[in-house]
Amino acid sequence: MIRFDQVTVTYADAPEPAVRELDFELPEGELTLLVGPSGAGKSTLLGAVCGLVPHFTGGTLDGRVTVAGRDTRTHRPRELADVVGTVGQDPRAHFVTDNVEDELAYGMESLGLPPATMRQRVEETLDLLGLAELRDRPLTALSGGQQQRVAIGSVLTTHPRVLVLDEPTSALDPAAAEEVLAVLQRLVHDLGTTVLLAEHRLERVVQYADRVLLLPGPGAPAELGDPAEIMTRSPVRPPVVALGRLAGWSPLPLSVRDARRRAGPLRTRLAASGPAPAPRAPASSHAGDGPVAEVTGLSVRRGRGTVLHDVRLSVHPGESVALMGRNGAGKSTLLRTLVKMHRPAAGRVRVGGADPARTAPRDLLRLVGLVPQDPRDLLYAESVDDECAAADSDARATPGTCRALVARLLPEVRGASHPRDLSEGQRLALALSVVLTAAPPLLLLDEPTRGLDYAAKERLTEVLADLTRRGHAVVLATHDVELAAELAHRVVVLAEGEVVADGPTAEVVVASPSFAPQVAKILAPDGRLTVSEVARALATGAGDGDGDGDGDGQTNGAGDGDGAP
Amino acid sequence: MSRARTPRPASGLRLPRAPLATRANALHAGAWWLWALGLATAASRTTNPLLLALIIAVAGYVVSARRTDAPWARAFGFFLVLGAVVVAVRVLFAIVLGSTVGGTHVLFTLPELPLPGWMEGVRLGGRVLAEGVLFSFYDGLRLATLLICLGAANALANPARLLKSLPGALYEAGVAVVVAMTFAPQLIGDVLRLRSARRLRGRPDRGLRALAGVALPVLEGALERSVALAAAMDARGYGRSARVPAAVRRTTAALTLGGLLGVCLGSYGLLAAGGAAFGLPVLLTGLAAALAGLWLGGRRAVRTRYRPDRWGVRAWLVSGSGVAVAALVVVAAATDPAALNPPTVPLTAPSLPLWPAAAVLCGLLPALVAPVPASARRDPHDSGDRTTPRATDHDTTTHRDTTTDRDETHRDETHRDSAGRQAGEATR
Repeated sequence: MIRFDQVTVTYADAPEPAVRELDFELPEGELTLLVGPSGAGKSTLLGAVCGLVPHFTGGTLDGRVTVAGRDTRTHRPRELADVVGTVGQDPRAHFVTDNVEDELAYGMESLGLPPATMRQRVEETLDLLGLAELRDRPLTALSGGQQQRVAIGSVLTTHPRVLVLDEPTSALDPAAAEEVLAVLQRLVHDLGTTVLLAEHRLERVVQYADRVLLLPGPGAPAELGDPAEIMTRSPVRPPVVALGRLAGWSPLPLSVRDARRRAGPLRTRLAASGPAPAPRAPASSHAGDGPVAEVTGLSVRRGRGTVLHDVRLSVHPGESVALMGRNGAGKSTLLRTLVKMHRPAAGRVRVGGADPARTAPRDLLRLVGLVPQDPRDLLYAESVDDECAAADSDARATPGTCRALVARLLPEVRGASHPRDLSEGQRLALALSVVLTAAPPLLLLDEPTRGLDYAAKERLTEVLADLTRRGHAVVLATHDVELAAELAHRVVVLAEGEVVADGPTAEVVVASPSFAPQVAKILAPDGRLTVSEVARALATGAGDGDGDGDGDGQTNGAGDGDGAP
Repeated sequence: MSRARTPRPASGLRLPRAPLATRANALHAGAWWLWALGLATAASRTTNPLLLALIIAVAGYVVSARRTDAPWARAFGFFLVLGAVVVAVRVLFAIVLGSTVGGTHVLFTLPELPLPGWMEGVRLGGRVLAEGVLFSFYDGLRLATLLICLGAANALANPARLLKSLPGALYEAGVAVVVAMTFAPQLIGDVLRLRSARRLRGRPDRGLRALAGVALPVLEGALERSVALAAAMDARGYGRSARVPAAVRRTTAALTLGGLLGVCLGSYGLLAAGGAAFGLPVLLTGLAAALAGLWLGGRRAVRTRYRPDRWGVRAWLVSGSGVAVAALVVVAAATDPAALNPPTVPLTAPSLPLWPAAAVLCGLLPALVAPVPASARRDPHDSGDRTTPRATDHDTTTHRDTTTDRDETHRDETHRDSAGRQAGEATR
């Protein structure tokens, strides 16, 4: 269905090809997952399938890409529109019309299908994607998951034989992501559509993939194969695979279900190695201080809608709190209220003892810092160095403070680079450095892991954990359950603008099926949440449990796991 | 809180109620424009302030009864303000520059500015006559009414749907306009977001400097987004065209260009003194040629239309009411010019001419026959003692559920809270 024949793509002004000598064939009716670290050329590969590379982006493409027998060299994207449907990362950038029904019909109108066919297909697609109630709604009034489904629907109506998706679930909460993935499953199974999708959040998708196409790094040869087999050597892997590698399971489990079936012995070993660790607590040296942020009875309205209602939250120094909840639950609003970007309608907000609404921006900066959802919102300058100089003067910090932070968080970035040319993760680190220049005791992050690969995420986790150890309080709004499990001392769940759960991470996330991290699901009722916790437990367990004859195989397994990179 | 209310038939009298608007029975956007242009034509024929006020009232009533929550619909208030500004400016000019109407009633005298001889005929300051001011007021009001009629059409007709009715050859221009319309609000949203993000850097978020500081990032963002949209549109088949023979292509070009040239010549002939004889035929031929060119050009586009608005009975009634208003007022203006253009010299109180007024009232017909937008229909139910957030109905339900779970004192608080909210909104 999709054939790459010795394809090398080089963009203008780039010293290296973005992808080199890709040579593979994706058969019809399969869901292929494209994985790889940031910058490995995933977007380029996806663009090459629908012809946008090189017709739209420029650059040169050597070799040959054929989709359903059409050569992209001779067919422009618009001439492939009837066989390839493409959905980019941001569904809002995809919309041409203003309401759901017209959006679904747009592609068919361009192809010139007869009105009766269009009508029938729109109705079918509305049902297929569960959009029937939304048919008259303006696109801007939809939630993120709904927008993503409309974007997928809008390319499905032309009945493409190939569907190409770039990070379809990254911006979605776990439930909305499930929704989108269920639709993709259905397309593959019922309609025989060939799906190629790239995704950073492998824990959500890898179990649905028929094949995995791995781009291990810039310029490295691509590998195509069975998911479990590719995952054994993939540099990016979801927690379930990491746990499987640690425990030495073969073949590797890809879903929680598979892993749970094999986890019996591991669970008994963990139980033998001691009880689950006590809930993570902030370092005790800071616990005596008063809260850095205290919110009581907070209500916020926007227009006529209540976004937050009677919210209570307090954050102590050295503590990290994860705010979770579905898209639109009020997480961002809560963070923004703490930095005076929204005015509370009722209630009391105190940040570092001061009311943010009555504090001048210059002073508020030293009490609390927010890294917004899109770090670009914070970056105005033309180069990293300019940005740092501006941040120093904004924060009235000693010149060089920000530069030193950047050097620590982003050692590889040159001072002259333009902030917009950085990768998603680098931009986040730059924005974080800018905010940290004022050394605020309270740091807020809104969806920090959106678009980050596992390596970037790991680095972020380390940086944030280090900050909390040094007494900063961190509050992050996130959909990423693995990040919350890794980092947060406490989880606060918001729904419809109200706090519905607030407690230690282990208690809150384990109790919820959608917020539980994979490791917790696999090892339940054991209280461990992350692979690193399991690894630590096994290491100590292996130390004192050598003689108790618990089974050599497992000890070996743990050894294998430790040996894995 | 000027939200639309559904007109209720008087008790006892059972009028057939207009249906809820859906995609299937949506009124053709062109019908609204015809109706509004009819009202505007009527307004252009009279300076009677009472008739003009009646036309504004009719347009305003229909808008409030049938507009949606769409952004363009909310712009009607802007047109009202624009109308008021037009009247004020017109009257101000009459006061400062004087008026040629003449008259005897001096309101007050402004100090007159001596002007050089070459500006003869222009006067600054001096006596301000009631007749002149009144004349300008009538004149300004007429212009304001025209603007408000256009504003009403703008508020009632979905511009995207109107563009869908364009001939195929103009389709691509139509898409560009629709995209621009969705981009403008996004751009404003970006400016607001980035401006408030400046606060995160400890910089002031008000004033010109803040605006200038975000201009570049906003433009960069807009550029990135338009490139992404262009890519998406290309991948979705925008710009696919059918192959047409070269002869047809050339004929299309010739017809369109020649036709437009003919239209220009014809209009010149009509307007120039003594050219009326050849003006009209040339204009009509040109128009026909241009339309034929557009039609032929449409054959290049392979695209089809999804559910175009149908021109049904209700569209006939709505557009017909507008045409009727225009026709009746034009006739009235011909038969009784004095009533429709009350003299300002000598000063007389204008009276409301009965028949033209009744004619203008025909323009209310759309408020009865046009399908009711869903949002307008829902309103009367939530006008009670609580306000319902429009977009988040379910929010309120959960809100109420949780309140019943809690103790009495808390419920009281919530009620007071919502009363306060109402008060806050009333003052807004």
